[in-house]
Amino acid sequence: MNSTAARELHLTIGSRFENIELVQAVVDDALRDGGATEDARHWIGLALREAVANAIKHGNRQDPDKQVEIQASFAPEEIELRIDDEGAGFDPLGVDDPLAPENRFRASGRGIFYMRKFMDEVEFEAGPSGGTRLRLRKRLIPISNATNER
Amino acid sequence: MKITKRERDGVTILEVAGKVTIGKGDIVLREAVQQAAGDGPAKMLISLGEVTTIDSSGVGELVSAFTTVTNRGGKLKLVNLPPKVNDILQITQLITVFEVFESEDEAVKSF
Repeated sequence: MNSTAARELHLTIGSRFENIELVQAVVDDALRDGGATEDARHWIGLALREAVANAIKHGNRQDPDKQVEIQASFAPEEIELRIDDEGAGFDPLGVDDPLAPENRFRASGRGIFYMRKFMDEVEFEAGPSGGTRLRLRKRLIPISNATNER
Repeated sequence: MKITKRERDGVTILEVAGKVTIGKGDIVLREAVQQAAGDGPAKMLISLGEVTTIDSSGVGELVSAFTTVTNRGGKLKLVNLPPKVNDILQITQLITVFEVFESEDEAVKSF
């Protein structure tokens, strides 16, 4: 990131999948403005999509009356994304390994795996309103120093 | 997200373009595969050359498509993987599940 000043974005969306596009577009614009590489923007965008999709689908059960809050904090060489839902909480230890042979042909269950592959840190905790708070962090390489990232 | 269907030498080719993501792209892909698969053994080739983003739901739909076609005695193969889609299939280890080709000619001849 080129910017020396930390920036923050805060978005609140209804629990509809079409809102994921808006969230990704806003965060992507900020990453581009900060000088993040195209590769970094792609993989961070995918992780963000998975996080928000999980909050809508598994957290808020697609209840249109429940919201998802997204906070993105941009430091000079790091991005932190915080996603809060209004669901009943979540135990990440209960998630099956999508690489296990018995799970290879399952149509779902790869979202958290995506996030862990594309971000440096993924943390689940209880949110302030009883739902799940998810924190995703990734260190950013300035575009002038970057090769291929994932 | 857009899917174009065509036939070549008895192979049904689905050309997928855009985002294969939750809520829309995954559903469009599912419906296209279901329609193209019919009830019997299908020869299906999915061309992913114009796919810009595929999330875990999109990958899940590819797996479901493979299972659907295979369970009916058919074959489903992939062609023209963009580098980032190829990366995803490598990471999820699904690259070993699908037969993947670099050219449509080669893929069609393989059925």
